[in-house]
Amino acid sequence: MNALRWRRFVNVFWTVVSGSAVLLALLPLVSLLWLVTSRGLPGLSASFFVNLPTPVGEPGGGVGNAIVGTFFMVGLASLMALPVGVGAGVFLAEKGEGVAGKAIRFTAEVLSGVPSIVVGIVAYGLIVAHMKRFSALAGGVALALIMIPSLARSTEDFIRLVPSALREASLALGVPGWKTSLRVIMPTALGGIVTAVLLAVARAAGETAPLLFTALNNQYWNLDPTQPTASLTVQIYNYAISPYEDWHEKAWTAALVLLLLVGLLNLTARFLSRNRLQGAPR
Amino acid sequence: MNVHQEIAAVKSPPPLSPEVASESRRPRPAPGQEAPAIQPKLTVEHLNAWYGQNHALHDVNLVVPPRSVTAAIGPSGCGKSTFLRCLNRMHELIPGARAEGTLRIDGKDLLGRDVDPVTLRRRVGMVFQRPNPFPTMSIRDNVAAGLKLNRVPGDHAEIVERTLRQAALWDEVKDRLGASALSLSGGQQQRLCIARALAVQPEVLLMDEPASALDPIATAKIEDLIHELKERYTIVIVTHNMQQAGRVSDQTAFFYMGDLVEVGPTEKIFTNPSEKRTEDYVTGKFG
Repeated sequence: MNALRWRRFVNVFWTVVSGSAVLLALLPLVSLLWLVTSRGLPGLSASFFVNLPTPVGEPGGGVGNAIVGTFFMVGLASLMALPVGVGAGVFLAEKGEGVAGKAIRFTAEVLSGVPSIVVGIVAYGLIVAHMKRFSALAGGVALALIMIPSLARSTEDFIRLVPSALREASLALGVPGWKTSLRVIMPTALGGIVTAVLLAVARAAGETAPLLFTALNNQYWNLDPTQPTASLTVQIYNYAISPYEDWHEKAWTAALVLLLLVGLLNLTARFLSRNRLQGAPR
Repeated sequence: MNVHQEIAAVKSPPPLSPEVASESRRPRPAPGQEAPAIQPKLTVEHLNAWYGQNHALHDVNLVVPPRSVTAAIGPSGCGKSTFLRCLNRMHELIPGARAEGTLRIDGKDLLGRDVDPVTLRRRVGMVFQRPNPFPTMSIRDNVAAGLKLNRVPGDHAEIVERTLRQAALWDEVKDRLGASALSLSGGQQQRLCIARALAVQPEVLLMDEPASALDPIATAKIEDLIHELKERYTIVIVTHNMQQAGRVSDQTAFFYMGDLVEVGPTEKIFTNPSEKRTEDYVTGKFG
């Protein structure tokens, strides 16, 4: 009886300890959401999404061009990163056992650990230094360099999740290997690959450092890949380090917009991957 | 070896469609290895298989008559599944695995370097241990998968119905052909996989313990099905279950430790085997 009581006490004790750890871990997240929402919400209006930034003291400015710029550069980056990243992932999953596969996997792992500011410097050296101009293209290349390694690895993981029994079933029907990959394995892994793409896009949309000295910034609308381009993250950075109170407010509001954007992408990814798991065979 | 002279004399027989096959001359029931002058469907000579350094099959020699059922039995790890997977060259897909020897279908070599395994696999279908329908496809598309992916022209709907009937599944699924293949029970999924294998009109059907993941009722259905399929196809089945081998096969091959110990008419293997090891195994002394 005494032993049972002790056991119950131990059980309650550790439940409380681990529960408090969860609360403690959630605290920064909740306070972040609360702070960004409470400071950013007052400035949020429809015009904030469509207007150009205004000079200090002039009311009614927005970050329309930065939102468009973020989408534009993430789009450019996706155009470059999706074929390369997903293609590399397919290669790793299908032929990744040899020396080449191991080398590529190792490289992807190292690359995904490279600090994003370093990626920015590389894009600067590769493109900005040669074009002698900051540009959306340079920003897109920097973001693509960040997306490719994570895309390759997660695509590989999702393809490897497809049971080998399906590959064998297809091959045993006399379907060639490449067609098996394309028509049987890829559709089965599609939900996972879409998830991987959305997560990579969300990550790229939230990056600041690689854009600071590649795309720089722009106070006006721009869809020319050879021109400097605004982005939400750099806009937030510029507003936040300024000495002006009303720009600080705008930084909070822009942060809220960015948070919503990235959050939406992540939620979509999560929703898709949950569906995929439910549809998967045993 | 009379058989091989016979084979040499036959000039590349056209692939038999199932309809033609069922009408042509049937072999005698339970043909033994000594059975005279029926052209064998499959001829295996000096077949050796390796997994890396592991020599998994030693010098296997076997003849499979057309439109018969050959069962491969033996304890786990004896090489019977490896043997089966050599017959449609699925064995070599495993990294480090290789096979050597002579393997002929209707007298034509299959293991040669210049033989495309893809065309071979269209002639030698396979059903696996666990049902493995394509999860992203409907019941209809699963059956037609081989036809669609290989761009075989023709009336797929008609083939789907016929093969589903052959697999004794048509009545259970005819009202929901568009439903996901995963909505079927395990036994139904396995019959779906059999229909899928039959749809590409193979001549030989390999079955790797097709009923081991199924309950007794589903197993009985699969066994009945094997009896019917024998009319049209040459079947090689691997099974753990000796009663099953006794029920469905004409010829039984006993594998042990990578050797083909004995092959003969099923009745003889189970009642009067020549080898001591075979007798010990079928009477349950080991295995």
